[in-house]
Amino acid sequence: MDRTQLLIGVAVALFSLGLVGVIVRRNVLVMLMCMELMLNGVNLSLVTFAQQTGTTVGAVLVFLVFVVATVEIALAIPIVLLLVRDKRTLDLGAYNDLKG
Amino acid sequence: MIESLLQNVDTLLLLLCAAGALGSAALMLVLQQPMRVAMALITTMVLLGAIYGLLGVHFVAAFQVLIYVGAVMVFMVYVIMLLEVRESIGARYSRLLVPGGIGFLVLLGVILISVWRPLPSATVEIGTTAYGIAAFSVSFLGEYWLLFELTSVLLVAAVVAALAVIRVGRVADERRRRG
Repeated sequence: MDRTQLLIGVAVALFSLGLVGVIVRRNVLVMLMCMELMLNGVNLSLVTFAQQTGTTVGAVLVFLVFVVATVEIALAIPIVLLLVRDKRTLDLGAYNDLKG
Repeated sequence: MIESLLQNVDTLLLLLCAAGALGSAALMLVLQQPMRVAMALITTMVLLGAIYGLLGVHFVAAFQVLIYVGAVMVFMVYVIMLLEVRESIGARYSRLLVPGGIGFLVLLGVILISVWRPLPSATVEIGTTAYGIAAFSVSFLGEYWLLFELTSVLLVAAVVAALAVIRVGRVADERRRRG
């Protein structure tokens, strides 16, 4: 097992842990943090592949993922704040009326 | 001899950081309070930054610490302190705990098996970086300038959207006060 395989394995494990966190947790903020964990896993795989191929494409994509993650949080947090002010809870079960 | 020793120390540090990152990521699924989950995520991010540093991409490590830990997670911790809503006991997991766990194991297994096969050999040895911040900047602003511009458009759109969300909240507050 070389370094590339180890790092890709870690990246996959981080992504999977984030995904399972989004599925099984009920707290909205914890779900948001699990999404960040998924993005971190993607970043690690991008950096590893960029190192493997010796190109800068991976690093450029990592930079774009940083921006997307920041934008996601900047938009998600005000929405969560509004929801919590309305429902007084962070539990996802209370937001069932958002189904439409 | 010293060189091989340093190489071994490097690998050992990489393994330790990877294990620590995975451990604190797993803790995120178990811990109850959002603040503790945020601390576990910050640990994962800092250790990932250390991994980037060990791989030789120091500018990505700096971005990781500055943007993720310094901006995103500080914002998150601030919001957790602002809300101060405590999760009730027993409501930690949704009904999808068992299917989610099974899906996690299947996904992990499938992808790890595909990763386990020998990957195409690296053109450069991992950890000996083939480029620094200069090559990255030239490539980013030269070859990928359109992506850079689109990023700034996305940021402006996000600012407008955040302002719109705040406005919705204010209108709802006024309606509640009147009604």
